[in-house]
Amino acid sequence: MNRHLISAADLSLADAISILDTAEELARLAERPIPKLPTLRGRTVVNLFYEDSTRTRISFEAAAKRLSADVINFSAKGSSVAKGESLKDTALTLQAMGADAVVIRHNASGAPHRLAEWVRGSVVNAGDGTHEHPTQALLDAFTMRRRLGRLSGLRVTIVGDILHSRVARSNVWLLHTLGAQVTLVAPPTLLPVAIGTWPCAVSYDFSSVLPASDVVMMLRVQHERMAQAYFPSVREYSRRYGLDGDRMALLPPHAIVMHPGPMNRGVEITADVADSARSTIVEQVANGVAVRMAVLYLLLGGGPGGPGMAGGPAGQAAMPEPAGVAL
Amino acid sequence: MNAWLIRGARVLGADPTDITIEDGLITELAPAGRATKVAGQVIDADGLIALPGLVDLHTHLREPGREDAETVASGTAAAALGGYTVVHAMANTDPVADTAGVVEQVWRLGREAGYADVQPVGAVTAGLKGTQLAELGAMAESAAQVRMFSDDGQCVSDATLMRRALEYVKAFDGVIAQHAQEPRLTQGAQLNEGEMSARLGLTGWPAVAEEAIVARDCLLADHVGAALHICHVSTAGSVEIIRWAKSKGWRVTAEVTPHHLLLTDQLAAGYDPVYKVNPPLRTAADVAALREGLADGTIDCVATDHAPHPAESKETEWSIAAFGMTGLETALRAVHEAMVTTGLIDWAELADRMSRRPAAIGRLARTHGRPLAAGEPASLVLYDQAPVTAVDPAAHASRSRNTPFAGIKLPGQVIATFLRGTPTVLQGRLCR
Repeated sequence: MNRHLISAADLSLADAISILDTAEELARLAERPIPKLPTLRGRTVVNLFYEDSTRTRISFEAAAKRLSADVINFSAKGSSVAKGESLKDTALTLQAMGADAVVIRHNASGAPHRLAEWVRGSVVNAGDGTHEHPTQALLDAFTMRRRLGRLSGLRVTIVGDILHSRVARSNVWLLHTLGAQVTLVAPPTLLPVAIGTWPCAVSYDFSSVLPASDVVMMLRVQHERMAQAYFPSVREYSRRYGLDGDRMALLPPHAIVMHPGPMNRGVEITADVADSARSTIVEQVANGVAVRMAVLYLLLGGGPGGPGMAGGPAGQAAMPEPAGVAL
Repeated sequence: MNAWLIRGARVLGADPTDITIEDGLITELAPAGRATKVAGQVIDADGLIALPGLVDLHTHLREPGREDAETVASGTAAAALGGYTVVHAMANTDPVADTAGVVEQVWRLGREAGYADVQPVGAVTAGLKGTQLAELGAMAESAAQVRMFSDDGQCVSDATLMRRALEYVKAFDGVIAQHAQEPRLTQGAQLNEGEMSARLGLTGWPAVAEEAIVARDCLLADHVGAALHICHVSTAGSVEIIRWAKSKGWRVTAEVTPHHLLLTDQLAAGYDPVYKVNPPLRTAADVAALREGLADGTIDCVATDHAPHPAESKETEWSIAAFGMTGLETALRAVHEAMVTTGLIDWAELADRMSRRPAAIGRLARTHGRPLAAGEPASLVLYDQAPVTAVDPAAHASRSRNTPFAGIKLPGQVIATFLRGTPTVLQGRLCR
């Protein structure tokens, strides 16, 4: 595995499976009385957040703390960033403080690439502009595999503002690597003009693809896109590209409904769908911690030997058998 | 007497020739070893190519206002090292070069610097704001004798204003140099809209944003019978439109930058803003069309769009970094690589595209871009086409280091530059 996790496109099939399998093991840890491992004791993980994202920051913080790392939260608001310190100077400061990993969330696409040039530690992309959000894609894949037992050949439909979605980009690359078949659904205005170069299918007709979908992933659509003429009105968007109970009924019985959050209930997804038994939205949040633990573990803690090796709570088995999951 | 004998230079790549320079003029060209006047200092130019002094239609000298990025002195030093004897200084300084006073200031600074002539370009609209014409006539009548006007950096997007500007400058044989960028189609744009922008999540900069303005302005130039120059053409579609406009006999000229002849948007993959430029780097198909257009004369000339920026404007996230690349010190080598090494043009055609034609477009044809012949001003370059070396920005005379060619191997080296008989560069080094 690379030293950094910046793009899902950088993950080989072996890397991706290693992360998912490690996350599976770590998820079991949460069921123990003391859900904590000493693996990253003495290591420092910095959460460098230039955008408000409480859910992602807390998820990374919990992951690092369960591996016993020291966690420093650096929020752009109320820091020297507000006074105009450059990303480079911030990076050099974090480097001087001895950060072993920097988890960065930034509104500029590519900011993690720049950061990786200026720090020696590992850089984990926690969402950069409209580029990527690789740990979200990993937790989505993890959730699909847990619910449906496989990823290879899975038919995944991703719906919404693809053009501006870092979640969609990371999912397209990762799911392609994992052998799933991705279909993107959006109004043509919210798809990149070069969408034909991506390893996925495209449809403008949401209802027609639902009967052949094992997974439907709904993306948040921002109201401001309407002012920029991407679509005429929120109502029209909901009618054409929203998931309501009637549309959900077109899905095969086993299919699941996902959303990376935060949701706009009543816009891209109705409340009855979000709260239905098909919905994995709450599970996705829980799985996020295990997946981020796996990423930090593999980047900082060493190879895919398994976290059990690293001296878990007394009496725990060392390396478990490889997860028998078909991919 | 200020006299030089250049021995054995291959004029425009032809047979070895002795060139005699006296008092600022070329006084004799003779086959190598046959010079009749042997006086003054001798330069052994065996194997070197002699070209007329290069003419840049598009240089950002940054002075006044951003002397941390470049000054007239440092920018013209960079020009001389690149083989240039005159540069057109763009108007987007602070204050903007939109009055006779500012253009005369820049012109005077150029005369004092002495490494290359500086021909100021005047702004088309007051303050580059795109709402009201600047005093074009006053700039034309000033000591700077401005003939080219441009809001470069901004597009004159208002069609009526553009029409009036084109018409107005006919009174003094002026030309409007358009920065073709439809503003509404490029709001927040960062990178050529295509496969790379889609993958990198950077706001796309569509080719049509350039081509729509190029097409509109060609039609306007025809309608009012005026002269239009298109700055830094970057797309295959623009080349086609310009080819069509020229086939009609319309007064349209165009330039292309060295970087658009060599580099593509693939370089943005690592988000290094040294590759961030306006207009953006395009695709390999665009590069091929630009090369073809320059070779067949559809694109008249190469212009550097030398755009120096301090390090802190580039050591940032892509989206907040400044647009632009330096170019004066690498232009000849880059064009050598893109056009001569590939066999698309020869040295005589390179001289046409980098000296004669830009001088004509800049209305400087009486003093610059002259043939290398007896009786002509001795403004010329001696160029060694043999060495291939990596570009080292630390060695540049420009105050800024934002060259996209850092560490890239390019052919050639400027050995000497003469401006009206006085060397500005000798043995590859700045004189004085």
